[in-house]
Parts: sequence; C-alpha cells; structure tokens
Amino acid sequence: MISSGASTSILTIALLIALNLLLFSLLIGLFRAWLGPSVEDRFSAILLIGTGGVAMLLILAKLLQITALYDVALVLALLAVVGTVALTQSESNHD
Amino acid sequence: MIDTLAILAIFSGLFFFLSGSIGLLRLPDLFTRLHALAKADNVGLALVALGVIILEPAVINDIKIVIIWLLVMAASAISSHLVARHALRENRNDD
Amino acid sequence: MIELLWSIFDITLVLLLLALAWTTCSTQDVKRAVTLFIAMGLLLAIVWARLKAPDLALAEAVIGAGISGALLLSAIKDYPSNMVSHRSTLIEGIINSLTLVLTILMSWAVWHGLNMSDGVRLSEPVISQLPVSGVSNPVTAVLLNYRAYDTLLELAVVLTAVLTVLTLNEKRVDYEFSSPLLQGMTRWLVPLLVVTSGYLLWVGAHAPGGAFQAGAMLAAAMILLQLAYPSRRQEFNNSLLKILLVIGIFTFLLVGLWMMSLNDDFLAFTPAWAGTLILIIETAATVSIATALTLAYLGGRPRGWEDTNRTSRSIAENGGAG
Repeated sequence: MISSGASTSILTIALLIALNLLLFSLLIGLFRAWLGPSVEDRFSAILLIGTGGVAMLLILAKLLQITALYDVALVLALLAVVGTVALTQSESNHD
Repeated sequence: MIDTLAILAIFSGLFFFLSGSIGLLRLPDLFTRLHALAKADNVGLALVALGVIILEPAVINDIKIVIIWLLVMAASAISSHLVARHALRENRNDD
Repeated sequence: MIELLWSIFDITLVLLLLALAWTTCSTQDVKRAVTLFIAMGLLLAIVWARLKAPDLALAEAVIGAGISGALLLSAIKDYPSNMVSHRSTLIEGIINSLTLVLTILMSWAVWHGLNMSDGVRLSEPVISQLPVSGVSNPVTAVLLNYRAYDTLLELAVVLTAVLTVLTLNEKRVDYEFSSPLLQGMTRWLVPLLVVTSGYLLWVGAHAPGGAFQAGAMLAAAMILLQLAYPSRRQEFNNSLLKILLVIGIFTFLLVGLWMMSLNDDFLAFTPAWAGTLILIIETAATVSIATALTLAYLGGRPRGWEDTNRTSRSIAENGGAG
C-alpha cells in the first residue's frame, strides 16, 4: 500500500472495525442454527457463515498482508455449494 | 481518497451483511429467511470484494477476488434454490 | 486503538468457539449439534487465518468445513426432526470428568510453554535447511521432507479408515431426482474444482497448499458429480478405484526405498531431486486421498467390488437392478 502513515492507520482501524462488525453479524446469524426448527433453517445459518467467512478472509488478507488467504477464500466459496448439494441431494427414503 | 472509497464500499457491504443476519433471525419462515440470506450473500459480499479490490494493487489477487465474487453469487443462487425446493418437497411428503 | 480492536476480535472469536463447542456437545438434538459443529469448523478456519497460518486455514476450510460438512449432513439428513441422542448419566459424568482433567492438563501445558524462555526453537533449523529441502514453503518442507515418514503413515491411516468403511457397507442407493439447475452448475463447477485442485497441488511447493487440500477438493468435485447425476446407473471401474486408492502409499514407499538404495536412509531425498520427488509423491497422494474421501462419502463398496473378475456375471445374475 502506498499511503502515508496516518491514512494507513486510519485504514487499518476502519478495516478492524469492519472485521468486528462482520463477526458480530455472523454471531447474530448463528442463533438461527441454534433455534431453526428445520434442518434447512439451520443450514442457512451455515451458508451465512460461509459467505461471511469469505468476506472476513478477504479483509484479513488485507489486514495481515497474507495473500494466501485469497486462496482460502476461493476454496471456501467453492465448497459452500457442495455442502448444500450434500444436504439436499443425498439419499432419501421418501419417494 | 482511494482508501475512503474502499472503506465506503466495505461498510456498505457490511450493512447488507448485518441486515441479512437480522433478517435470518427475525423473519418468520424458511423461505423469507433464504431471501434475506441472498441479500447478504450477493450484495454484501460484492461490496466487500469491491472494497478489497480497490485496496489491492496486485492484479492476480484482483482476478482471484473477482472469481470469488462470481462464484459466491452463483453458489448462493443455486443454494437458495436447492434448499427451498428441498423444503418444499419434504413438506409435501409429510402431508 | 488498533490493539484494542484486535483484542475485541480475538476475544469474541474465542468466546464464540467455546460457546459453539459447549452447545455442540451438550445439546440433545442431533441436527442442531451437527450444524453447530460445521459452523465451528468454518470459524476455526477464520481462527487459523487470524493466527497467520494460511496452510491450516486452507486445510480446515477444505476438509473440516467442506468434506466433513458434506459427510455429516448426508448422515443426519434423514433423521426424524425430533431425533435426540440418549446418554446415561454415568457415561456423561465420566466423559465430563475426563474432559475436565484434559482441559486442566492442556492449560498447564500451554501456560508452561508460553512462559518458557530460551528453548530450542524448531523454526530456525526448518528455515535454514529450506534451500536444500526442494521446496520453499516451510510447511510443505516439514510435511514431505523433514517428517515425510509421518505423512506416509498419515496416508496409511486414511487408507485404513476407508477400508473400514468399505468393509462395513455397500454404496448408498442414489437419490433419483436432480435439478436441471444443479446439473447446469455442475458442468462448470466440477472443472473449476479440478483445476483449483491442480493449482493447490502445484502451488504447495512455494505457498500454502499441498496434497491433502488438493485431494479433498478433487473429492468434493467427484461427490458433486455423483450427486448431480444420480440417475445414470453407472458402473464404477472397481479395478481402477482400487489402484487409485493405494497409489499414494505405493509411490511414497517406492520413492523411499529408492532413496534408501541411493542414500542409505529411508526417504532421504538427494537434494538435487527433492523438489521433483516431492511433486511426484504429492500428485500420487492427491489422487489417493481424493479416491479415499469420495469412497468414504459414497458410503461403501460400489457394485461389484468384491468380485472384480466376475462383475458382468454378477450383474446379469441380479438382473441389473442392484
């Protein structure tokens, strides 16, 4: 990052606040995993954490200057849908 | 200046994440909750990704972030569809 | 201010993890427990990222959240909604006391380790030997060079686990219905997953990645294929599957023995070839891990696994219905 010292730390503070708010919103969403009457309700909380996790990894990659975290975010995005498919498409004793 | 734009984008995305989580918690039905989740996934992550792209100088990482964004959009759409349809089929079988 | 914000983040993460772990173990509702467990896996990936360990974050995301998530969700999918697990109070009491003892022991160990001064830090020899190890990622160097023997045994553990699954069950019957939207997505997602798997395998030499992550991604691709196209009563090529299952360990052993003939020590790589050898071993290991995880997800032996020589005859005897 090419910026002066002052604006860098403002950026860092802003990113940190964003990170905390993101974690807080994931925390709120987790209650659905606790409550949700059906398994689909609980699973939608996992989807939220998956996407929120991708966002958190993007911000962390910038904060900690670790570019490998972009790979982790990519992988998390790729695998989110595999879980959904496993839940909805695997063996059923109806039908 | 650039940093301000990025922070603006990230915090706007955060707003959508928060509203998605609150919606996940407070809306009455699975289908309405999926609707809230889709807002967080699509718009929230898109804005956060945009903010990080603005901050990230390396092109290869920007390309990764764009791929992540497109993937999460597609995965979120498919996931919502699959979960909703699964819930519908389960409800029909129980009646 | 920055320190405060980091501390808030860290403390919230820790409390959240503890709360998730507690509720996962204490809740009686199986579906709730599984879902919270998967959520904990995802959060653990974030924790590893926060602790500046991208290799662990990658492994946790792929294996802990991805594959384990798929496995657990498939397992609980058909439980009735009010399924609870019954535990006797005696068993619970024993488990609780043992866990308490373990927690005290580990807390003491961590406290002791944090207050230790002047120990030998292993990171120095790891980094100093890196140029002759054949790779530039220290984690890969540890896994596949300094402690290659451990990784060989890990592959054997994976194989044993899969063999257990294979002996217990036959492959689950496929779900007959699949969405055309899902199939359309699979057509581009599976190639993307395969390419990403190859990328993770290749990049493991100088950045976070490696055989386990690549293998798990490949397994995810195969699972996706299997779930999206269930109506084809495909016959698995069981001979090929069996070969793929063991080729990781086989290659590893072969390279180790060859190095023993050259350098007088099992798995002692000659420095000039180390990079290439590691890549060869990792490629074979990726394939094996992918096959193992896919078979574990499928639940057991595919049709015709036991008698490969008489596959066509047994299918004809059963009338092809399976």
